[in-house]
Amino acid sequence: MTILIALLKAFLVGGLICAIGQIFIDYTKLTPARILTGYVVAGVILGGGGLYPKIVEFAGAGATVPLLGFGNTLAKGVREAIQEEGLLGVLTGGLGATAAGIAAAVFFSLIIALIFKPKSKS
Amino acid sequence: MAKRKGTYTVVFDEPISVRASAAVGSKKESEGPIGHAFDVINEDDYFGEKTWEKAESRMQQTAIQTALDKAKYQPSDINCVFAGDLMNQCVGSTYGLRSFGIPFVGLFGACSTMAESLMAASVFLDSGAAGRAVACTSSHFCTAERQFRLPLEYGGQRTPTAQWTATAAGAAVLEKGDTPPFIHAATIGTIEDLGITDPNNMGAAMAPAAAATIKRFFDDTGTKPNDYDLVITGDLGKVGGTILRDLLRRDGYDLEHCQTDCGLMLYDLEKQDVHAGASGCGCSASVMCGHILPLMHAGQLHDILFIATGALMNTTVVQQGESIASIAHLVYLSSKKKGGLVS
Amino acid sequence: MNMTPEEYNELTKQSSPRSPFIKDFLMAFAIGGLICALGQAIMMAYQSAGMTEEVSGSVTSVTLVFLSILLTGFNVYPKIAKFGGAGTLVPITGFANAVASPALEFKSEGLVLGLAAKMFVIAGPVIVYGTCASIVYGLIIYLFGLY
Repeated sequence: MTILIALLKAFLVGGLICAIGQIFIDYTKLTPARILTGYVVAGVILGGGGLYPKIVEFAGAGATVPLLGFGNTLAKGVREAIQEEGLLGVLTGGLGATAAGIAAAVFFSLIIALIFKPKSKS
Repeated sequence: MAKRKGTYTVVFDEPISVRASAAVGSKKESEGPIGHAFDVINEDDYFGEKTWEKAESRMQQTAIQTALDKAKYQPSDINCVFAGDLMNQCVGSTYGLRSFGIPFVGLFGACSTMAESLMAASVFLDSGAAGRAVACTSSHFCTAERQFRLPLEYGGQRTPTAQWTATAAGAAVLEKGDTPPFIHAATIGTIEDLGITDPNNMGAAMAPAAAATIKRFFDDTGTKPNDYDLVITGDLGKVGGTILRDLLRRDGYDLEHCQTDCGLMLYDLEKQDVHAGASGCGCSASVMCGHILPLMHAGQLHDILFIATGALMNTTVVQQGESIASIAHLVYLSSKKKGGLVS
Repeated sequence: MNMTPEEYNELTKQSSPRSPFIKDFLMAFAIGGLICALGQAIMMAYQSAGMTEEVSGSVTSVTLVFLSILLTGFNVYPKIAKFGGAGTLVPITGFANAVASPALEFKSEGLVLGLAAKMFVIAGPVIVYGTCASIVYGLIIYLFGLY
């Protein structure tokens, strides 16, 4: 039962965060790259302001999987790195905390791009 | 010799004959309403090549070769070829035509290239500068997407006003001769821009250019829309076509029952999920060279105004905030050599 | 044609169909929600296998990134995205698709200047502005002792 509730919370909160993005797609001229960038910066602000960690606590992956969560992780990483390393943490914290996702994207993209051939849409 | 009529229109003394024409397309085009009209269909949209750019060059080469075969001419019989495409520096044409050894005039008119090349070739033939000429253009969905929009594998939604770039090419062999149809007159377009900045609404960006050119042709010649069997615009699609008829109604020309658009003919808008219709140089090129010109040759259509529209921007200026400048060139074709509507 | 750009803009708006927002919104909600729920399931599976919450979060991201890039290679991700819209854009899978798709697309221009150089043509701004925002945030909390 707790598993189902956790999944449902992730579905509802994650779905809502995504659906808000659809408003930007349909009602503004913002390109996808701009929307993604906006989400990450908003995630840093919401994460730094302390609101987003509460949403993560409630919704789990529903809050960490959308790019707002990526921004939240950047902010969290900086905060923790400053606690350990002081001023240097300002620079190392963000990319350090998100390194797994970025490095994975780079590495897997290279492999897949080498294997596959671009295909047309239909 | 050609003479000018009114302010904008050129009339050819001896109309220019379209000796033969050919259209090349791929799978999606073959599944559309005029799929049967293509001379060559290759289901593989790489056309046996390694890259999309090479595929587009191959299409132009095939289109010209097929048109020459139908005309029973060798490349050496042709004095000049007028061709262009959407790719940077028109590489689709240069690399597609490099093996022919035909004197080459490269044109850039974006999606208006078919009308532009027909017009330029006609003037060369009329003046005697060329005895036989070829007009050709192409577009490829994949080269256009990667140059103008996003990578093919990128997940995105197309807006309802977006148009689908045709993977197609068309070529026509022109001469002073007696094979119908005949090019009687042409109106060169001016650059029009009413401030549209949305690259996903090309129809709206180009409609003012089409309206301006069509109005000038009617004003110059004193003819009316209903004098023609068909007023066929290049690739305004559903949105641009509606706006065009609206604009011309304000100028006193009613196109309601005689206008159609190549962008609406190539695909089934609903079943093939192409939103507002087809676009790209290859759209009007293949519809004209594969479908309309053969119908005229067979005497099933008599007087046609063909107006190909083109958006003349590139991604750099659009990113810098420029609006989309457009152009439309008009060609008047008739199945009759003498006694056309314009002289 | 005697028409100002403003008048033409008005005319264009009337003739241009709008995106079907209600349908788009619900699809984005459903598909985005499903991707997040999948992430939650993966995360819980890792935790029950003994990973800490911290580590399982990162490994879940890596897993989703991998799945998204694999589906990009098979040309499936863009097919889902056609319906999913923001539902496939906003999750980390959308970020991964934005990295993988130009890498694959521009491979034809070479492994260095094509594949690698174009890899971040869409996703680069996310990292640039995300990182810079986190640095500004870090400077603020460092200077004011808020950490």
